[in-house]
Amino acid sequence: MSELNLTSAPAHLRHGSNIGQPLTRRDGILKVKGQATYAADNHPPGMLFAVMAVSSIARGRVTSLDVTAARRHPGVVDVMTSDHKPPLAIDPEIKTNPFVFRMEALHSDEVRYANQPIAVVIAETLEAATEGAALLAPHYETLPALIGLDAGDSFVPPVVGVGNPTENHRGDVEAGLASAEKRIEAVYETPPQYHNAMEPHAIVAAWDGDKLSVDMPTQGLFLSRARIAELFGIAPDKIHIRSPFLGGGFGSKGLMSGPPTLGIMAAKLVGRPVKLVLRREQMYGPVGHRAPTRQRLRMGTDGEGRLTALDHHARTVSSTFDDFYEPAADASHTLYAAPAIRTSHDAVRVNTGTPLFMRAPGEATGSIALESAIDEMAWACGIDPLAFRLKNYAEVEPITGKPFSSKALRACYEQGAARFGWAKRPLQPWQMRDDAGLLVGWGMGTATFPALMFQAEARAAIRRDGTGVMEIGAHDMGQGAWTALAQIAADGLGLDIDRVEFKAGTSDLPDAGIAGGSAHTATAGAAIHTAGAAVIAKLADLAANDERSPLFGAGNAGVIARSGKLFRRDDESRGESYAEILARAGLAEVEARGTGAPNPASMEEYAMHAHGAVFAEVKVDPELGQVRVTRMVGAFAAGRIVNPHLVKSQLFGGMIWGMSFALHEEAITDRRSGRIMNANLAEYHIPVNADVPPLDVITVEEHDPHVNALGIKGVGEIGITGSAGAVANAVWHATGVRVRRFPIRIEELLTQL
Amino acid sequence: MKPFDYVRPTTVEEAVAAAAQPGAVYLAAGTNLLDLMKGNISRPDRLVDVTHLGGLDRIEHLPDGALRIGALVRNADLAHDAEFVRSYPAVAEALLSGASAQLRNAATVGGNLLQRTRCAYFYDTASRCNKRAAGSGCDARDGENRSHAVLGWSDSCIATHPSDFCVPLVALDAVVEIEGSNGRREIVLDELHRLPGDTPARDSTLEPGDLIVAVRLPPAARGFAAHAGYLKVRERTSYAFAVVSAAAALQIENGKIKQARLALGGVAAKPWRARTAEDVLRDVAPTADAFQEAAWRALGDAKPSGDNAFKIELARRIVVRALTLAAAGTPARLPPLPASPFASTSGALHV
Ligand SMILES: Cc1cc2nc3c(=O)[nH]c(=O)nc-3n(C[C@H](O)[C@H](O)[C@H](O)COP(=O)(O)OP(=O)(O)OC[C@H]3O[C@@H](n4cnc5c(N)ncnc54)[C@H](O)[C@@H]3O)c2cc1C
Ligand code: SF4
Repeated sequence: MSELNLTSAPAHLRHGSNIGQPLTRRDGILKVKGQATYAADNHPPGMLFAVMAVSSIARGRVTSLDVTAARRHPGVVDVMTSDHKPPLAIDPEIKTNPFVFRMEALHSDEVRYANQPIAVVIAETLEAATEGAALLAPHYETLPALIGLDAGDSFVPPVVGVGNPTENHRGDVEAGLASAEKRIEAVYETPPQYHNAMEPHAIVAAWDGDKLSVDMPTQGLFLSRARIAELFGIAPDKIHIRSPFLGGGFGSKGLMSGPPTLGIMAAKLVGRPVKLVLRREQMYGPVGHRAPTRQRLRMGTDGEGRLTALDHHARTVSSTFDDFYEPAADASHTLYAAPAIRTSHDAVRVNTGTPLFMRAPGEATGSIALESAIDEMAWACGIDPLAFRLKNYAEVEPITGKPFSSKALRACYEQGAARFGWAKRPLQPWQMRDDAGLLVGWGMGTATFPALMFQAEARAAIRRDGTGVMEIGAHDMGQGAWTALAQIAADGLGLDIDRVEFKAGTSDLPDAGIAGGSAHTATAGAAIHTAGAAVIAKLADLAANDERSPLFGAGNAGVIARSGKLFRRDDESRGESYAEILARAGLAEVEARGTGAPNPASMEEYAMHAHGAVFAEVKVDPELGQVRVTRMVGAFAAGRIVNPHLVKSQLFGGMIWGMSFALHEEAITDRRSGRIMNANLAEYHIPVNADVPPLDVITVEEHDPHVNALGIKGVGEIGITGSAGAVANAVWHATGVRVRRFPIRIEELLTQL
Repeated sequence: MKPFDYVRPTTVEEAVAAAAQPGAVYLAAGTNLLDLMKGNISRPDRLVDVTHLGGLDRIEHLPDGALRIGALVRNADLAHDAEFVRSYPAVAEALLSGASAQLRNAATVGGNLLQRTRCAYFYDTASRCNKRAAGSGCDARDGENRSHAVLGWSDSCIATHPSDFCVPLVALDAVVEIEGSNGRREIVLDELHRLPGDTPARDSTLEPGDLIVAVRLPPAARGFAAHAGYLKVRERTSYAFAVVSAAAALQIENGKIKQARLALGGVAAKPWRARTAEDVLRDVAPTADAFQEAAWRALGDAKPSGDNAFKIELARRIVVRALTLAAAGTPARLPPLPASPFASTSGALHV
């Protein structure tokens, strides 16, 4: 390529080892200067603007569209409808693999949710396309919409999340509850939430014969390419996707959805490049969301406060036409050592866009319910919530009985509690006030997220000038992949980071898997690491077999690579530079490939999770019920920390999202129409600066020899878990009022205070 | 977007003439109007940009002790004018509790007064809304209405007026200066916004083409500076509209309230002046009982319009708190989180 120029070496560079350094983002300067090209910033010559018209009903059929009026509007070039569109090679409803998201590609006039695309207007200007879309003035045949967790008969889905069993159990829950000294039963509700990445979904598509060029933010370059290939009946190598930067994805840019597909179809229809960008409100429908849940938890303890049973049932929703089930109850599998555990799910179908992965899918929704219930159970036993958690500390994974590959949760509890000052917490609620008379409460939650690995490949090369190249189709969603993966690459190649050309973000590079499941750094990092090792091995072979090299015969002793040189492991005074080795061999470069993948043997043997402990302080106005978080401390153990600076940002972001989950976020659905009434960032509340308290993150030392070669567990999602519950529990501790419907609203506190 | 004319007059006369034609609207900073146009809620034929009119961006101290604020003064400029903050602390606090710093830098005094409701059904063109399309119905009535009105609403509309600025202004008897096709006139702010009745499409008593040129605070408004404040409960610490708010202003002499002013925000289609509550506070000591009594009076006619009964209780408590804070005295400096229940907590840097 290089389609991207990272302007400079990152600040705070220390030469020598790269992993573990708190480098600032290498793309930071580009972003601050507005020079980082996001998908919608691309304007190829001749480009037209496409605007989607979306349905305002949630269920029924489009009976008419005033295409004539739209076409007549000056600047409008074409109007794509179910009657007038380029054909697709396959039915977009067919699930050719489990990662296919069923989409609307104008293949029918049926409407299944509000904000479903029903037409696309293509025009010379954005304004003309927008007005054209408004002029379509659709008419509908409307059917009563299915809305909410009680919309219809429930059923037990075959799987939840990605292939998780719907039900799990170990031990006899009913017997455990029956024998318990103390019991609690509580029902919690979580609302629908939308990803709301700052950057809306966008695509710039340009056809050149049967070749397709796409600028589009994606967390899955290769899944997207495969999906586009099958939809349009072209070979994957005819498709070039560029996705160097994402303005956030959080799961909503993982699978190819309807809107970018429509952008590609529109470009085909008009024979010119087309740009299609979603309006904010259009992101509340066709691109996924977090489904609402209603979770019932039952727990019992013996006379010592040890759990005898834990039963977690979650009701959720999916769309009427596809299957994604928020695996909320699975949150109870790993944390607390109940001898009997049962988790189960059921669902109803509603008129909504299909729910999807949203940062910590299942873990976040399940965590706020589980951590609240644990708090309620601890209170019922009269035990401090931290002491209660320690009493029920899981030495092996409760649901499977497997040992943990590593688990520094005790250290997280200890360090987090010490930093927060937890020991001074009164057991009773409604005990603390500040100088101004505000109620003060302290709460905690345990964080956990599985350490996953997907499949990835990388290509490494060492060039004659002694520099290195690392190529991998990895994704930077803002989390810092351009920096963290380049650090791993530099170490793998034995070079300083400014001597490595790190290429990522396009589909012509080796497949890096998806950026999801908090597994991207681990998976792509493993591939980079092995590719680096493989190319160094080739270089070492060249030298060791060349009698003119000071490394001749080092084969058995082995070599080490550092700062662009190879040294004999047993005698570091003997070595030579990469450039010298290649020059003598008369080679322009050596290259090698490496892969990253889960290790089935360690997966079989170990339970692998990151852990953490989050402590929160809230203040609540005793008469008015308004809540503010004033302090949060999170201590997390997530294996090896590649870049402490970026990791802290990820954990901060997660903790803020957790407090958002407890106090702010909620999509409000009209109970009759199924339309979302607050589909904008003024009314869909997320925390603003004034809501974000001083945050303190501790990363707890943890060595994990089993998760992968680098010992990385991932930190992208864990920050939400534990945090949401910690805030909710702090609200209870401040007020004595247990709110079980999230987000916690003023009226629920007001009426009980 | 629908095509429209754009004219940019430089004198008030030209502006009024340009706005005389049907379908014309004034454009100030556009922080509300342009959003409405982008959403197809407003579809004007002509925008009359008033931001280049001379002389409307001044804060003038009049000889009689009144203060005249030009319609184009930016919300932030007014809120940060040191003399203004000293004399009308509750108004400054209300301004600073509204929207975000960026919006306040742009938004004008006139635009703030005439901003439209935030009723979600008004914004959603697929919904029936009597305010947007007269006679079409009101989908908020049986819909998601926990933030709707509890005072002065009618069956045809239960929307609230969202302005914070207007709440202390109406308490302080602010006067609105208007230039219309028949020349200049003025009305008290309390008479600017209308209750919905059967005609919710009309937010205000202005005639088409009427231009607000200034807002005047009468001389007496200064008399409350020592005991005034604005309190706003919202769903996040900043950058959210009021669930309910109140402005309270007192004149206290010899341990007794000489005069009280009280208005509520977020409860009705207009900033709600609570005169019956003011009456019971005249010539009494500023006690908790007196404030409770005032709160009951202020909400005496309140009734829920949907899932919002809690707003009535919340409004009572806010009234008591606002009066209590006012009686305790205006703080020497504006708090870093203006109008927030958390105003007194330290460490706040961002609003
Ligand atoms: C995200 C967001 C959050 C907000 N939060 C708050 C909040 O918490 N509290 C709050 O009080 N406000 C809030 N606002 C509203 C904000 O205060 C108003 O948008 C702003 O004050 C309007 O001023 P403007 O100059 O931009 O008016 P414009 O948008 O230009 O105009 C608004 C209306 O007034 C009319 N108009 C303007 N000037 C005149 C004039 N001189 N004479 C006659 N008619 C005129 C216009 O025709 C139009 O109908 C928020 C707005 C946004 C977008
Ligand atoms: S409350 Fe008023 S603004 Fe809201 S939908 Fe009803 S009529 Fe329209």
